[in-house]
Amino acid sequence: MSALGALIRRDIRIAVRVGGGALIGVLFFLTVVVLMPFALGPDLALLARLGPAILWLGALLASLLTLDRLFTADHDDGSLDLILMSRTPLELACAAKALAHWLAAGVPLIVATPVLGLLLNLDGPATLAVALTLLAGTPALTFTGMIGAALAVTLQRGGLLLAVLVLPLSIPVLIFGVAASNAAILEQGALTFSTPFSILCALSLASLVIGPFAAAASLRHGLD
Amino acid sequence: MRLSGRNLRCLRGGREVFAGLDFDAVAGEAVAIVGPNGAGKTSLLRLIADLLMPAEGTITLEGGDGEMTVAEQAHYLGHRDAMKPALTVTENLTFWADFLGGPPADPAACIAAVGLSHAAALPAGFLSAGQRRRLSIARLLTVRRPIWLLDEPTAALDLVSQRVFAGLMTDHLATGGLIIAATHGPLGIPARELRIGGEA
Repeated sequence: MSALGALIRRDIRIAVRVGGGALIGVLFFLTVVVLMPFALGPDLALLARLGPAILWLGALLASLLTLDRLFTADHDDGSLDLILMSRTPLELACAAKALAHWLAAGVPLIVATPVLGLLLNLDGPATLAVALTLLAGTPALTFTGMIGAALAVTLQRGGLLLAVLVLPLSIPVLIFGVAASNAAILEQGALTFSTPFSILCALSLASLVIGPFAAAASLRHGLD
Repeated sequence: MRLSGRNLRCLRGGREVFAGLDFDAVAGEAVAIVGPNGAGKTSLLRLIADLLMPAEGTITLEGGDGEMTVAEQAHYLGHRDAMKPALTVTENLTFWADFLGGPPADPAACIAAVGLSHAAALPAGFLSAGQRRRLSIARLLTVRRPIWLLDEPTAALDLVSQRVFAGLMTDHLATGGLIIAATHGPLGIPARELRIGGEA
């Protein structure tokens, strides 16, 4: 397993170096959320009501922004050829790359959420609920996004295609992520926090399994 | 150990690159694939490395590790050097040594073998084309693989580096290795010629 450890360490190291792109997602997230109050106006109650949805949309778009480089960078410099040839199963290598991407680009989004929650007039428990749903839901975004990244790997400008391919797959995550956050904030009797949150966790777990296999199959098929 | 291909046919984008190609390579021998541009030298190497599917024909390895595919027992040195510009020379090489697995050689010794010790702490993005080539060659030394598949290995190398590389290839052949190289220029070691696609 040291091969996978080496792959994860390398990808994180590249992501945090100059030009690596780990913080680009956070900056984009920050920009989207900071602009929202200007567009919606100073209605604090409205901001608080829309807060979870805005944070989730921002995190979803920010995670898409950096996903297109997941395999393209390795394809362009020839590393992908060696990864395909190696004794490590391609499915595990894909999973390791997605995990590294989530650690480098997904976790900073979750860490930034409490700060951004302040800008949207969310109180402490509400921000915590959103951060918790992001923690449970962003792995699903990364691992389903990986399928699109693998399909678009040989295209020169696959970023837009990636978004078109991946966004429909992200809709369930968005629905249940926002639903769980809202349920935690509003505490309505009809809808509890645990139901949508369990479905969100299930989506993440399913994508952890399906994503690497689909991405590996698509990489093998796309050999050129 | 004997690596052989029979009746190989290769299609790229629906166009036939070559057909009915046979080749043999035995341990301790270097085979130089020669031919004009577009004859399919790189395609043949990628077929052997399992990075392309042959439209027809088979590639078999006798006397290797039966548990592993040909690709898993091979080093592939392609046009692209598989080194990350943001990582230093040592970090790049240590990664490949760890990722490729097996008992790794000391990365510092591999870097010294290709004469890059003075640049070991430099990000790979600052290296010249020839130095990047030498760094890729150092990758072949990090982990022992009996089959070396080399695509234009001497391109961008100066005369001194070409001699050093010829020495490394001779050592590899002497320890029972096997080299298949696509090349236009002289390889620097005695090699059997495999001509594809007519006269260059």
